[in-house]
Amino acid sequence: MKKGFSIILSVVLITSAASLFESCGKGQPSAPPNSEVGLVFDVGGRGDKSFNDAAYLGLQMAKDSLGIKYQYIEPSGGSDRESALRQLASQKSIGLVFGVGFIFTDDITNVAKDFPDKKFACIDYSYDSTKALPKNLIAIEFRENEGSFLVGAIAGLMTKTNKVGFIGGMESPLIRKFQAGYQAGVKYVNPRCKVLVAYAGVTGEAFKNPAKGKELALSQYSQGADIIYHASGVTGLGVFEAARELKRYAIGVDMDQWNEAPGFVLTSMVKKGNVAVYDIIKEWKQGKFNGGTAEIFGLRDNGVDFVYDKNNKPLIPDAVYKKVESLRTDIIDGKIKVPTQ
Amino acid sequence: MATKKHWLEHPATQNFVIPILAVVLSFAVGAVFILIVGQNPFEVYSILFSQTLGTTYGIGQLLFKTTPLIFAGLSVALCFRAGLFNIGAEGQLQIGAFMTALVGMYTLGVPSFIEIPLLVAAGMVGGGLWGFIPGYLKAKTGAHEVINTIMLNFVAAALVSYFVTNIYNVPATVHTPPIAPTGRIPRFDAIFSGFEGSPVNFSLLIALLAALSVWYYVERTRYGYELRVVGLNSKAAEYGGISVSKNIILSMTIGGAIAGLVGTNFVMGYKYYFEEGFSTGTGFMGIAVALLGNNSPFGVVLAALLFGMLEYGGLVINTMVPKELVSILQAIVIIFVISSNKIFRRILVNFLKKRILSVND
Repeated sequence: MKKGFSIILSVVLITSAASLFESCGKGQPSAPPNSEVGLVFDVGGRGDKSFNDAAYLGLQMAKDSLGIKYQYIEPSGGSDRESALRQLASQKSIGLVFGVGFIFTDDITNVAKDFPDKKFACIDYSYDSTKALPKNLIAIEFRENEGSFLVGAIAGLMTKTNKVGFIGGMESPLIRKFQAGYQAGVKYVNPRCKVLVAYAGVTGEAFKNPAKGKELALSQYSQGADIIYHASGVTGLGVFEAARELKRYAIGVDMDQWNEAPGFVLTSMVKKGNVAVYDIIKEWKQGKFNGGTAEIFGLRDNGVDFVYDKNNKPLIPDAVYKKVESLRTDIIDGKIKVPTQ
Repeated sequence: MATKKHWLEHPATQNFVIPILAVVLSFAVGAVFILIVGQNPFEVYSILFSQTLGTTYGIGQLLFKTTPLIFAGLSVALCFRAGLFNIGAEGQLQIGAFMTALVGMYTLGVPSFIEIPLLVAAGMVGGGLWGFIPGYLKAKTGAHEVINTIMLNFVAAALVSYFVTNIYNVPATVHTPPIAPTGRIPRFDAIFSGFEGSPVNFSLLIALLAALSVWYYVERTRYGYELRVVGLNSKAAEYGGISVSKNIILSMTIGGAIAGLVGTNFVMGYKYYFEEGFSTGTGFMGIAVALLGNNSPFGVVLAALLFGMLEYGGLVINTMVPKELVSILQAIVIIFVISSNKIFRRILVNFLKKRILSVND
């Protein structure tokens, strides 16, 4: 026993000594007020290979090219979101605070009102145009329908069966925006093409159910669809599995999902959280933070896009690519209006 | 001549000193992990303490985290005293909090002095029902409460998730419509401006009242006596004319009802609606709280304070160290404290022996 005690004691002593040395070495100078950026992740946190990671990438871009320092928090539950926002906002050195995900909508609105001197921005904020946003808050929205229009056009031009599929996660206005854009894109280039539509469910669980995703995908493929676009989070992994098994095409969402089924991922509709985070930080640094409104990231702002790189280039004929690029220009120029619902 | 007892020999002081020693040592071990991720433990700990205990806002946050842990801890502790292992506090509090929100959204316009007790009762009924089921099954069929409470946790989570997202959902959110304004429990910052911004509210008083009631019930009433006897030796209790099955059902039901009160803090005192995923394992933390608190209501309150501090402290230091490290730190504290009892007692005894020997020389 005595031995055990002395081991514990020495551990304590060593760690304290080591940390003393360290603290001598550092001597952190305190950062100037309102110079740093804070960010609160959604519960998924870093490593989700999607939205949170994209936001983090934006922070890093800002650090590298604007020299911005940042701090972030990964909350673990519902009551932590507001506390985390408050904690960052109350630090003198932090001038701009991000919330990642629609679930922050209420929390960030409240906190923004309590810290009128600080700036806030929320990715995917559920913006209600009947309610006024606080002047120091930007609601970041994406035109997912525009990106979906382009991948829809690719599907419509490349289908051989004149049937393509769409699989959504939770049936909600947000996901219907993906569906509407996709359908419009397909029909624009190929009016005779049929679009099969299925949703995995009406709850948040519908984003986490690969088995259901596979089932729906197999069903659509067996009905003759040869390309399926999914907007269903983790559920989509099941779609890729079905694509691999039947050797048909699938289209990814949010990030480049080529690696989920190499050779069968025609393209991915990417939503660039990093671009949004970076742009807002840049505007804020230049003193051009435009709060109280929604800031919308569409094709024009490079906020949404589709993947066309060395992996999937061989899959997409040049003519198709050229046609889709011309559609992009038409959308940016306002010649094509992409529906949202 | 009788030797005077060393102050450390009193069991009461030992009960106090040992957990503190354990917490201190676990922080020392935690320091090693902090060093591994390349941060300075002193800096991290000083922020952890100064931002939780050093400001009124921090204390408010800490108390807000403490409140549900008291309910969950009491729930587990009460069942422990009856010899039952209630792992179902998580499910019980989900159902309870959901019931509170549900009743709250359909009783608009009811005056506060009726609405608040009504919503509190709704939570207790919901949680109580979720405790009654495994209690009844245990008493009547002998089905083990550990398995049944775990399974009911899943059922509760799925049920609540289904109702919140399909039926009682505000579009584009994961929460229910708000409860009647008269059912709101006031926040501390409505009265003491120092707590500004922290969601701590007067459900803390309900928690303390619950602790007092559990203590009185277990230690000072005939029912509590029966419950303790059943917990100590159910065969002897049966022989002595105490109905074991009645006590099993009763203690699980009461335990569930106490867990069901968690909604007073989140639903009635903070968000004013039920949100899917509002509790991240509070019910499971309740087990650790009960063990650390030695299954006594007073101990549960103290343990809940410690874990409340760790939970909020974890958020505070999250800008410096990854979230995973915070979980490691919490786990180390729990392991140390719970396994410390024997080890440290022996160390203490050895230490005392030597002292007494050397004094006698």
